[in-house]
Amino acid sequence: MNPSLHIGHSRIRKEGRAKVTGAAQYTDDVCMSGMLYGATVRSRVARGILKGIEFGEGIPWDEFIIVTAKDVTGDLYVALIEQDQPFLALDRINHPEEPVVLLAHEDRYLLEKARAAVRLIIEPLPPLFDLEESLACREVIWGSDNSFKDILIEQGDVDSVWGAATHIVQGEYKTGAQEQLYIEPNGAIAVAKAEEGVTVWGSLQCPYYVHKALKHLFNLPDEKVRVIQMETGGGFGGKEDYPSLIAGHAALLSLKSGGRPVKIVYDREEDMVATTKRHPSRTRIRSAFDAEGQLLALDIDFALDGGAYLTLTPVVLSRGAIHAGGPYRCPNTRIRARAVATNTPPHGAFRGFGAPQSLFAIERHMNVAAAEMGMDPIALRKQNLLKMGDSTATGQIIKEAIDLPGLLDRALEKLDYTAKQESCRVHNASSSPIKRGVGFASFMHGCGFTGAGESYLASVAGVEGREDGKIHVLAAATEMGQGANTILSQVVAEVLKVPLEYVEVARPDTALVPDSGPTVASRTTMVVGKLVQEAAIGLRQILLQAGFLSEPYAGEAFSNAVKQYLAKNGHLKAYSQYSTPPQIVWDDQNYKGDAYTTFAWACYATEVAVDTRTFEVQVEDFVALQEVGRVLNPTLAEGQIEGGVAQGIGYGLSEQVVWNEGRMANGQMTNYIMATSMDLPRIRVYFEESPYPLGPGGAKGIGELPMDGSAPALLNAIQDALATVTPREIPLTPERLMELVESSNG
Amino acid sequence: MKGQAPSCTVHTPASLVGALEILFAEKGTWRPLAGGTDLMVPFAAGTLPFTRFLNLWGLDELRGIEISPENISLGALTTYADVRSHSLLRAEFPNLVQSARVTGAMAIQNRGTLAGNIANGSPAADTPPSLLAYGAEVQLQSLAGSRWVPYESFHTDYKQTVMLPEELITRIRLPRTTGDTFHFFRKVGTRKAQAISKVCLAAYARAEEGRVAEFRLGMGSVAPVPLRALTTEMLIQGQRLEALDDHSIAEAKQALLEDIRPIDDIRSTASYRRKVSANVLGQLLEAMIERFKRPQIRA
Repeated sequence: MNPSLHIGHSRIRKEGRAKVTGAAQYTDDVCMSGMLYGATVRSRVARGILKGIEFGEGIPWDEFIIVTAKDVTGDLYVALIEQDQPFLALDRINHPEEPVVLLAHEDRYLLEKARAAVRLIIEPLPPLFDLEESLACREVIWGSDNSFKDILIEQGDVDSVWGAATHIVQGEYKTGAQEQLYIEPNGAIAVAKAEEGVTVWGSLQCPYYVHKALKHLFNLPDEKVRVIQMETGGGFGGKEDYPSLIAGHAALLSLKSGGRPVKIVYDREEDMVATTKRHPSRTRIRSAFDAEGQLLALDIDFALDGGAYLTLTPVVLSRGAIHAGGPYRCPNTRIRARAVATNTPPHGAFRGFGAPQSLFAIERHMNVAAAEMGMDPIALRKQNLLKMGDSTATGQIIKEAIDLPGLLDRALEKLDYTAKQESCRVHNASSSPIKRGVGFASFMHGCGFTGAGESYLASVAGVEGREDGKIHVLAAATEMGQGANTILSQVVAEVLKVPLEYVEVARPDTALVPDSGPTVASRTTMVVGKLVQEAAIGLRQILLQAGFLSEPYAGEAFSNAVKQYLAKNGHLKAYSQYSTPPQIVWDDQNYKGDAYTTFAWACYATEVAVDTRTFEVQVEDFVALQEVGRVLNPTLAEGQIEGGVAQGIGYGLSEQVVWNEGRMANGQMTNYIMATSMDLPRIRVYFEESPYPLGPGGAKGIGELPMDGSAPALLNAIQDALATVTPREIPLTPERLMELVESSNG
Repeated sequence: MKGQAPSCTVHTPASLVGALEILFAEKGTWRPLAGGTDLMVPFAAGTLPFTRFLNLWGLDELRGIEISPENISLGALTTYADVRSHSLLRAEFPNLVQSARVTGAMAIQNRGTLAGNIANGSPAADTPPSLLAYGAEVQLQSLAGSRWVPYESFHTDYKQTVMLPEELITRIRLPRTTGDTFHFFRKVGTRKAQAISKVCLAAYARAEEGRVAEFRLGMGSVAPVPLRALTTEMLIQGQRLEALDDHSIAEAKQALLEDIRPIDDIRSTASYRRKVSANVLGQLLEAMIERFKRPQIRA
């Protein structure tokens, strides 16, 4: 029985009809009169000094709009955390996809010819591509020591424990870069005029990030920059910071053309090769256990390859560091986390944001430790899983009544883990070349921004009554396939007790909607959803107090009340601003306290079959069980989890970025092996609902969680299948698995 | 899309003779265009070195599957979809059907043609191993006449073939398979669909009077050209069935390493290709031995 009108019901996606019928307008669907196409000439050299630019023969250069760093009158550097990444390289080249020259022309074919005819004279400098070499400062390529960020989390006294420990287990784990591979490549259209300002339409996640970057680039006040999100075909973090660059490029070209619209849309290869990917990582773990398997100490060295510029790397590192201890209680913990520069394109946001890297390491390590100690990995985890009253590595006390051992038991039960493990043993004793195994991972994901992030953002969202009696949600939260439009509408319709059709989400347009923060960090439902919920309560109060509405009412009465109020007062809006819950305390200097207002908790379990002739892994079964507060829309939530697991399977097994001199060599969907539906098992999704009091309708965030646990669960299962190998690096491609098997055979 | 569409010319001849006349008169300047599925990839990347295309798609003379008691003859424009749905091919040439099934996506299978797949000359193409295993022959035609070339000698080097600039592939012919036969096809591409082969093996064998009377093994992605593994074939062909054992399998796996010349590239490594080729050959031979334990002769 569900007493709610909308919460907990699978409502149809708000923009679904427009997408299915083709009516939805993506950036590349838009053509404006007098529009030019823009293209980017890139460095192709990983590191060097730009000595000159030559414009080759046979191109009518006088017909082109040409922009270089010298045309930038405002701030050349993208405003984000640190202003180190130039919109266009001035003299230094720091990665092989560095934008150097922008070209625009109305003939897109001639434009391509021209792009190929620009020759950059670059004096090469020795590049750095390797994380360890950057940590060791073999070359200094950024700042004084290549370091983007260095974090230390300490609890207890790690060094006092080693002597007394029964078991000390060490391990090193690595994860590769991963491409977001949203279905719609990055793109933007800009109109920029000296007197009127800049307007940009684009495929993007965070309108106000782009807004800020453009203000600095053109030295303009807030009101002269307008950013409008077009229908967006996926983001996964890949449209978090990079759209600022593309928008800036299109706007620079437009300004120089005298205000003609300029469109830049990347093709698949340019998008894959030039834009951000998940940070590669290396984690070293030294752990101490007592005779019963009780975790005594964790000493973790977590390192990220940030690429050429700082971009969002410190924040990615921060989330990775905080998640590095996993969902375990450990009295003595030291987490040293560092992110350094290399001469590859900057790595950036990708679903999970650092947590998939460090959780992969700890969740593999728990199985490695169990094997070394001769313990069952289930028993080992149950001894150490966090419970209410325990504290995490940052000293955050768990205040929710969580039951992680129970969550683990139920996930294993759904998979039929024990019986399957036994039948795998029997099967593997036969001569079959197919070896089977089961594995699992326990993990969590912090919801919303890390630490004091939400307080700094102080997001605002609102609702507005319209003349047709409908309500518009006013937020910068972007729909990119995850279902934000539908969820926010459900939350508001629930508060107002009206049919879902009465609520629409206004297009994110910085001229019309407040800054409700970026659409990242699993925060839209939990944080922005709460704001629109409060705003909706406020709006209803206005109508009640003004006497236009009396409870109880039907949907039509509400809509009439909106019309009457507007007729009398002209406008009807209500807003709400984020304020940190009083019991949440975070010390950013010492990395101590409540890193997140809450966590989503999960246990994923899987069965795999390994073909020992080809070293290919088939995922036979997958159980994804999670506690995410209340589920607002079961269909959308299941879709989020299934998609995240699919992305996690690719991350763990096949999605390998092949690097060549700092450049992605396999920037095609044929050569970058993302799993297709034929490679995936039936992903069985289960939710355990325990309403979270601070989330709208009891919801927590779920967007990133499914990215965290799939890869370690798979590798744990592969170890179970093969017994003699201990894989520690993803993606565990067939080639890598072959090498492991061959070296274990001596 | 970096392809320069406005710089391209597409000519659509009215007949096969018309097409051959153009190829003869303006030798080496026209690129035949059938399904276009291989050409479109470098075209989009801006790396296709051709700008003049001879569109063969409308030439119905190059379509149709003909069956005689000895052969099955496939028109050059036979698509993967045609292959997949043909009942005789499914019965007698299951490897070819399998290889068509795992080539690209369905849209590609509706456009892509057998002749295009071989004329493109990619060592990673999926139908060549099957065509090699079935002892295919290719008909090449020019204004001067036509000739049949054994497919095993069609590819001369990476992306090089015996075709003359004035020639077109018109048909592909396969000898009917009869008797006590064994067919094996396996493509290793890491994902199950829309993958490019890392290793591809196709084998055809026929048993007669207790011996392996015929054995052909075609391989893809392990050399600059699709190739027959002749050293390996010689070890198996003619063997008495009861003499085939683990030792002969081990010898064959060893011999295969002499036949292939794989490389490291963005998709895989030479050592993986060697190891997996040998392992899959082991799988194939085990399956063959098992299969021939009891004769199965198709009526």
